[in-house]
Amino acid sequence: MTSSTATSTAGGNAPTPLKRRRSGGHASKIVLGAWTLLTLAFLYLPLLVVARLSFNTANSVAWPPQGWTTKWWSEAWKTDAPREALIRSVWVALGATFVALVLGTLAAFALQRFQFFGRNAVSFLMVLPIALPGIVTGIALQSTFTRRIDLGFFDFSVGLGFHSLVIAHATFCVVIAYNNVIARLRRSSPNLLEASADLGADGIQTFRFVTFPLVRSALVAGGILAFALSFDEIVVTTFTAGSGFTTLPQWILANFSRPKLVPIINVVATFVMLLSIPLAWLAQRLSEGAESPSR
Amino acid sequence: MLVVYIGSLVLLVFASLFKLDPNSQKPTTEFTFSNISDALTNTKVLTVVARTVAIAAGVSVLCFLIALPTAYFISKIAPKWMRRGLVVAILLPLWAGYLVKGYAWRALLSPAGGNKFAAEGRGGGGFLQAVLGWTPGFGMVGVILALTYLWLPYMVLPIYAGLDRLPPSLLDASGDLGARPFRTFRSVIMPMLLPSIAAGSIFTFSLSLGDYIVPQLVTDGKQRVMFGTFINATLGAPNQPLAAAYTLWPLLIIILYLFAMKRAGAFENL
Repeated sequence: MTSSTATSTAGGNAPTPLKRRRSGGHASKIVLGAWTLLTLAFLYLPLLVVARLSFNTANSVAWPPQGWTTKWWSEAWKTDAPREALIRSVWVALGATFVALVLGTLAAFALQRFQFFGRNAVSFLMVLPIALPGIVTGIALQSTFTRRIDLGFFDFSVGLGFHSLVIAHATFCVVIAYNNVIARLRRSSPNLLEASADLGADGIQTFRFVTFPLVRSALVAGGILAFALSFDEIVVTTFTAGSGFTTLPQWILANFSRPKLVPIINVVATFVMLLSIPLAWLAQRLSEGAESPSR
Repeated sequence: MLVVYIGSLVLLVFASLFKLDPNSQKPTTEFTFSNISDALTNTKVLTVVARTVAIAAGVSVLCFLIALPTAYFISKIAPKWMRRGLVVAILLPLWAGYLVKGYAWRALLSPAGGNKFAAEGRGGGGFLQAVLGWTPGFGMVGVILALTYLWLPYMVLPIYAGLDRLPPSLLDASGDLGARPFRTFRSVIMPMLLPSIAAGSIFTFSLSLGDYIVPQLVTDGKQRVMFGTFINATLGAPNQPLAAAYTLWPLLIIILYLFAMKRAGAFENL
């Protein structure tokens, strides 16, 4: 990571035909580079500490750690509870992502194509679930799900469990899908649809060959983000999962207070981090790769 | 979906109007305004609300101060081949899991001695204590540090995107007209960057405002630093109507904040 100093000299590549007062001299570039390095260190240090602690022979988070062992890794692998919780989390996240993608895409198409009364209000309401504190969303949805809904001919209660969790997570995942798709639609030209119609395509053909390929990568990128958001959620989850259903974040939170499990939590935490790297990389690539040709 | 969501929020507001049966501790069907008036006038409640808003605002400002130089370096100084790597490097910690990061800060901050956490039980302190010889310990400073850490990438990315859209010729023009770097920054960069900063602050502010799990992890458990902890405790009391009345505060603050940020043009930069 010594490239920060190299950067400051390489940064002068830009053609400067005239001698002019540039925004910032050599020294300030070095300072800014060092600042960036510090920011990165700030972002990664806590994660590295946890990763190192997962190989700690001592059953504690005291620093410095006591030595190297993979004992906790194999022990965590053999423990059923976190693995089952992990699988449950994946299913919930997949369900919420699916619902969010469908609804978010439909909303994006509707808001992009049609002008209607309350259009601004809808875009505002879409952001609300992600901006509101999870505890507000959680309490509100919990009381709705456990309420008996009496429609006269049809008397039911949603109840808590897998399905309520999927609905609850989807409320704040929708905005991710919506944002990704509408950003792509805004950038793409409406002429494309007209051209497709001029060439004799019907609505379905236009969607299949023009619109869908256009938003496909936005959908995948939005889907990965929504998945990550749902996979990681804890507050809304505690309120809407019900007692018999434990996701991975819930398992981790529940076991923080048990000193015996500290090493196992270190391992699970590190494992989740490792799992997220390829996903993050993929999401980043998809959103970048799709942008470059259209710009 | 939107109907379910908004409907639930409306029901929540109504739920705050019901009186609590002192015997069964379940809400009755009797109407009362005492819950809402308690939420609005009780000084204990107001103190926690004010503290939470101050923390959220402070975290947003800290994030901004850290993010601006970093974003500027990435978009304007770093060579092109480095840019993408740096953006990914900033993004990556976002994926590392919320609890993992809260846990990491608990491990980092934990002071020597005491027996609240496994580390202290063995006498040794956490990373900060061991390496720097100093730790803010569990408390307000820890909460602010951990929250700043959690939401920092959400501030860096919009500012980076905003700076990226800023044509370099504009900065050169400002320099040609004789503006010193600081003047260029104040009169050219900042006004154009404002919507991006507002967009970033939506995340840092609202996520900090509602957070209470990580703040609980980095405090010693008895302190109710954040409003969310307070609501949760009221709910567990159990006093559902009063908790519902308390949620009116974050509801109100976030809606007002979103309106303000919408006017600042944040929504086009989310």
